[in-house]
Amino acid sequence: MLSRTADNLFWLSRYVERADYLARIIEATNRLAMLLAAGDGSSEWTSALVTAGCYDAFVAAHGAPTAETAMEYLALSEDNPSSIRRCLETARFNARAVRTALTVEMWETINGAWLELPKMDRSSFAGGRMSRFTDWVKDIALRIDGSGHRTMLRNDAYWFTRLGFYVERADNTARILDVKYHILLPEVSSVGGGLDYSQWAAILRSVNALTAYRWVYREGLRPWLIADLLILNQELPRSLASCYANIVTHLDSLSNAYGRQGKSQRFARTVQTALQNATIERVFQTGLHEFLTRFISDNARVGGAITEQYLA
Amino acid sequence: MFIWTLGVALAFNEMLGPDGQVRAPYAGVAKWLESVNVEQLDRRRAEAELFYRRGGITFAVYGDAQGEERIIPFDIIPRVLAGSEWKLLAKGLEQRVKTLNLYLADIYSKQESLKAGIVPEELVWQNPAFRPEMTGVTVPKDIYVHIAGVDVVRIDANDFYVLEDNARTPSGVSYMLGGREICYRLMADLYGAHKVAPIEHYPDDLIATLSSVAPQSAGESPNVVILTPGQFNSAYYEHSFLADKMGIELVEGRDLFIRDDQVYMRTTEGAKRVDVIYRRIDDDFLDPLVFRPDSMLGVPGLFNAYAKGNVALANAIGTGAADDKAIYAHMPDLVKFFLGEEPILKNVPTWCCRKADDLAYVLEHLAELVVKEVHGSGGYGMLVGPQADKAQIAKFRELLKANPANYIAQPTLSLSSCPSFVEQGVAPRHVDLRPFVLTGGNGVKIVPGGLTRVALREGSLVVNSSQGGGTKDTWVIDL
Repeated sequence: MLSRTADNLFWLSRYVERADYLARIIEATNRLAMLLAAGDGSSEWTSALVTAGCYDAFVAAHGAPTAETAMEYLALSEDNPSSIRRCLETARFNARAVRTALTVEMWETINGAWLELPKMDRSSFAGGRMSRFTDWVKDIALRIDGSGHRTMLRNDAYWFTRLGFYVERADNTARILDVKYHILLPEVSSVGGGLDYSQWAAILRSVNALTAYRWVYREGLRPWLIADLLILNQELPRSLASCYANIVTHLDSLSNAYGRQGKSQRFARTVQTALQNATIERVFQTGLHEFLTRFISDNARVGGAITEQYLA
Repeated sequence: MFIWTLGVALAFNEMLGPDGQVRAPYAGVAKWLESVNVEQLDRRRAEAELFYRRGGITFAVYGDAQGEERIIPFDIIPRVLAGSEWKLLAKGLEQRVKTLNLYLADIYSKQESLKAGIVPEELVWQNPAFRPEMTGVTVPKDIYVHIAGVDVVRIDANDFYVLEDNARTPSGVSYMLGGREICYRLMADLYGAHKVAPIEHYPDDLIATLSSVAPQSAGESPNVVILTPGQFNSAYYEHSFLADKMGIELVEGRDLFIRDDQVYMRTTEGAKRVDVIYRRIDDDFLDPLVFRPDSMLGVPGLFNAYAKGNVALANAIGTGAADDKAIYAHMPDLVKFFLGEEPILKNVPTWCCRKADDLAYVLEHLAELVVKEVHGSGGYGMLVGPQADKAQIAKFRELLKANPANYIAQPTLSLSSCPSFVEQGVAPRHVDLRPFVLTGGNGVKIVPGGLTRVALREGSLVVNSSQGGGTKDTWVIDL
């Protein structure tokens, strides 16, 4: 297939995944901020903006974050290149450029979302309606993901779409852990009270894993177990290990179909092996933050290798 | 095409003949119209609009900042042609397009039609769409116009007139096919009661036509692609639609490159050779090394690859030399010259203002005539005498005197009408027809019907999609 087509598919998925992730961040932060004393959610919104990678730009434009300004910036801002609105617009732009590689179902979902978008404004999530907005975004991501899964031919177009989802998802999971890593450190948790507990729950909620945690560990929230679940657990679809199992599988499908291996396969397998051999004890010993920083840069290198090998 | 008429009341009504009786092809439609009410029609119209919106079946209007993507209004009441009417029309279209191809082959080689004085030489040399670079270049199977969209109108029960021969990159076929799809979905009752000639095989015919002109070296299954200017082009939807229906790649200039006069596309598996390009980019932008150097849309070196016969282009370069409004006036003579046949389709009488006599006549009768630029299209830059005020007429008088060769004039036609669903209910509205004529190594193919365009607004008689016209499905039925 055309390199440009593959590139568009890869980024289409990345932007959809990012929109979904932002919706979860907004939701989790909102819940957490409400638990705190009235008027003091600003540190939570600060960390949400940091997680989304747009804190500096936000402060330059709006000063210290409040719930309203941060939420609007993350969800609807035209100025923020990775707001949900801009993610969905970019996804649709990419989709329109490669309509021929999409199934009707995928196209209609993306286009339908884009047609709804102009109706979304501050009033869409004012008061108690915020969750309706985030549910709408999550539903779109679910439908795009699902329609792709159900209707696309299992060929290179499909694999590039999947690779986009997993590379972005791995990045998102690692970032949310990295921003929150300090509350997961053992010394902090030892003095932790109710607030820590809510923060841990918020992390899990933002990757849709609160219920999963209980099924896997069947005990109260423990920070190292949360890290274990999100980093090393193969069963959790948003864990780093699970993302890499999928990345390796789809890259292998590509190299089998094309009859040639390359840098991206090698890099991805190296990252996967490191995750398979890690234990959560050793991750904490070497430093959670250091581990995550290295993972984020490795993941970016895999993305770069995919681009170089196939998309450029 | 831009059409002005004397008004609906005087026009030939395709459903009700001059005697007020329902004409045979419309018997089913007339009966059906009696059985449905406005609410039912309105619901179907809304569903049709939703179909277009959801599908992103849109077009862009240039110079319109707010409406970046618009849909073309679809009128759900089909236009019906009898099989016998179509047969004659199709024969005329085939004759016309054969002539276009023979004429182009001639002006880029022996120029016999010029030597014989059928077409004045200066019309060729002064035409910016004539490409001297193409002289002496052999094109596969001597076919220049693989895809033609010939605009025809009818003015009575028997006569079809050609308004324009579109031999460059005619568009609209996706709306023809989209309209039929809607009829399946929304008009099953009416559709099922007719035996409508199918059109769905158009993409199959198109890919067969394109493949038939591939270079010999391409082998059994040539790599055919569509070259689009990109998603900001007004016809982008159509480009992607056709690529999808034919199962071929939709490429942009940047996806292609030339090595050793061979065209390749960049794929995830490396470079892949391209054999046939259905290009939806104008000549000017195809190759910055030969044509406009500022073009970002084309492929540097493409012309050489083409001239060496390593890739086929559809349509060929330089086909615009055959479809402008000055050559149009000579088409009947060209049909006789090349085929030795009487033209089946008529020409609208045309005054060529570069001729002194014609100019004098036009200046005398400006208030009755439509004056168009020779190289204009899309209904821009023209004078519609009966609708113009004194200032506009005075302005055109000056323009004509200053540069007469730039203009032609035609009478206002009494253009046929069809029942259409408009805000006021069902009413007759003016229509034209653009059938799509395919010419390949395997002969001429025309799917029955074409794109009917309708001027939906009363008073406004414009059928151009860029000027607010709509479309209808066109049914050819055996009675």
